[in-house]
Amino acid sequence: MSVVTGTNWNAYDASTMTAREIYGRTLAALAEQDDRIVGITADLEKTTAIKYFADMFPDRFYNVGIAEQNMFGIAAGLAKAGLIPFASTMAVFASLRAAEQVRTDIAYQNLPVKIIATHAGISFGHAGTTHHCTEDFAVMRAIPNMTVICPADGIETSKAVQACVNTPDPVYIRIGRGFEPPCYESDDYEYEIGRAITMREGTDLTIICCGIAVLQAINAAKTLEESDGLSVGVVNMHTIKPIDREAVLRAVNDTRRILTIEEHNVLGGLGDAVASVIAESGKGCMFKKHGLEDIFVTIGYAEDLYAHYQLDANGIVDKVREMMGMEYEEDENWDDD
Amino acid sequence: MALPAEERQRLQDIACELRLTMVDVMAWSGGAHIGGSLSIVEVLSILYFKYLNIDPKRPDWEDRDRFILSKGHAAAGYIPVLAKRGYFLEETLKTFNHFGSPFAMHPDCNKVVGCDASAGSLGHGLSMAVGLGLGARKLKKAYKTICLMGDGECCEGSVWEAAMSASHFKLGNVIGIVDRNRLMIDGMTEDVMALEPFADKWRAFGWEVIEVNGHEFDELDAALEKAWAATDVPVLILAHTVKGKGVDFMENNVLYHYASGDSALCDRAKASILSREEG
Repeated sequence: MSVVTGTNWNAYDASTMTAREIYGRTLAALAEQDDRIVGITADLEKTTAIKYFADMFPDRFYNVGIAEQNMFGIAAGLAKAGLIPFASTMAVFASLRAAEQVRTDIAYQNLPVKIIATHAGISFGHAGTTHHCTEDFAVMRAIPNMTVICPADGIETSKAVQACVNTPDPVYIRIGRGFEPPCYESDDYEYEIGRAITMREGTDLTIICCGIAVLQAINAAKTLEESDGLSVGVVNMHTIKPIDREAVLRAVNDTRRILTIEEHNVLGGLGDAVASVIAESGKGCMFKKHGLEDIFVTIGYAEDLYAHYQLDANGIVDKVREMMGMEYEEDENWDDD
Repeated sequence: MALPAEERQRLQDIACELRLTMVDVMAWSGGAHIGGSLSIVEVLSILYFKYLNIDPKRPDWEDRDRFILSKGHAAAGYIPVLAKRGYFLEETLKTFNHFGSPFAMHPDCNKVVGCDASAGSLGHGLSMAVGLGLGARKLKKAYKTICLMGDGECCEGSVWEAAMSASHFKLGNVIGIVDRNRLMIDGMTEDVMALEPFADKWRAFGWEVIEVNGHEFDELDAALEKAWAATDVPVLILAHTVKGKGVDFMENNVLYHYASGDSALCDRAKASILSREEG
């Protein structure tokens, strides 16, 4: 797996652009160096910001109209022809509408199609549930050959897009609507698919999170340190699959308390992936999954929804305090003789 | 122009041998979609033994013509063709459906040498063909991509998404063939979900339609020659066929959409095939 250290061009200022815009520009820059890259979308050229690529390389870009199933089938064909297709649409259409094309045409044949799924989670909150996507980790994780990535912000989106170009397998990169505040201040860090990043060391509890939750968890950890004197670690698990087992086990060893946070149903996502690693390790650990509790969320702008569902820093502070207040209880029925 | 008699006879002999092998596969595999395999024998024979620019010694040759069996359930008809064309030994067909075999009810291109696309879920093949067509154009390759669909398969909406895009992108390098045998699992296509006016639907989606008797090599040859010459309009060959063709008791019989066969049934089927051949 190649390590992406920094972006090697400086055509943009990441702090003023959405993750989508950064994706579009990153792709255009990569395409200048690699003739195999082609782009495809289903009437979401502007919305997914693949337009930056399309404008520079009109003869390497295909808009299939509002037909996501056809889009992923065509992407499979383009990959069969020897190209590296980047397919962009909203996460809900990529992971649900066209799930079978993704699974059968792309993953089953193990073709290097790179799926950039935008407006994931509840980032398009006011659009209503038809345009939310809180199921994609579960769907994509269960598809063999598929790598599942959820970058923390625009800079990391750029890194993930660069890192996935030369992998021989299909990759699903999930980003939001793009109005989330940036998490990284600079692109000067090493990024590798499947290797989690420790954002903050801690000794009391570790938050393992991805996507928009990373920045919120860091802010929550700072608050908890100042007001509660707690040492909370934050691990950015940007790759949901393959999960970084070593990072999870290190957190178990270091803090014995793990809280997972994801903008996704708590069923089938990051929390379950982390839980599996812990359960199979045989090590004891206090563990809590935090996300959307198997619900379709209410209507509202994303920031209001993040606050309501406690996915913002304040909410995470509360969740950590809840966990810290819990006791390890002796189980009277346990007999290990 | 009609095929030279010798060429027609060569293709007819191949078709007859393939039908006999398909009956064997039905037995070896424990059951097969025999009806929809027998209906495409002439189409597959003329493609693999006259038209497709392929080289069994180089199955991954990047300039080869591509063939996608979108009606993937007819693998029992398709995989024997690959064997006969020399991609692997016909002997290996005996493993069909068995543990660890490369051959299943639906073809897997990562297991079956010479197979260009995994298929089986209906309505997927034409989109992949469009992708290959666009890819060939982008890479300045001259190869054609042929996609063989079932008629019942065309109930799938994704077929029409793909059809729309092939003409929109002016893909003269994609050729569609529909096996119009008029039967699907639950009965006649026109009773289950009417397709007619079927040719007009394809025309309305921007395709040039050529209707042929899908068991007549002369007609298939003329249609394919025209399709091969297409430049910016995709061609759809609507091949009118008979499900179960060549085995008298299977023809137009919905019971033989999928069937298994004991040795007595297989003997009867082969006798029927051979009697047609002699007649």
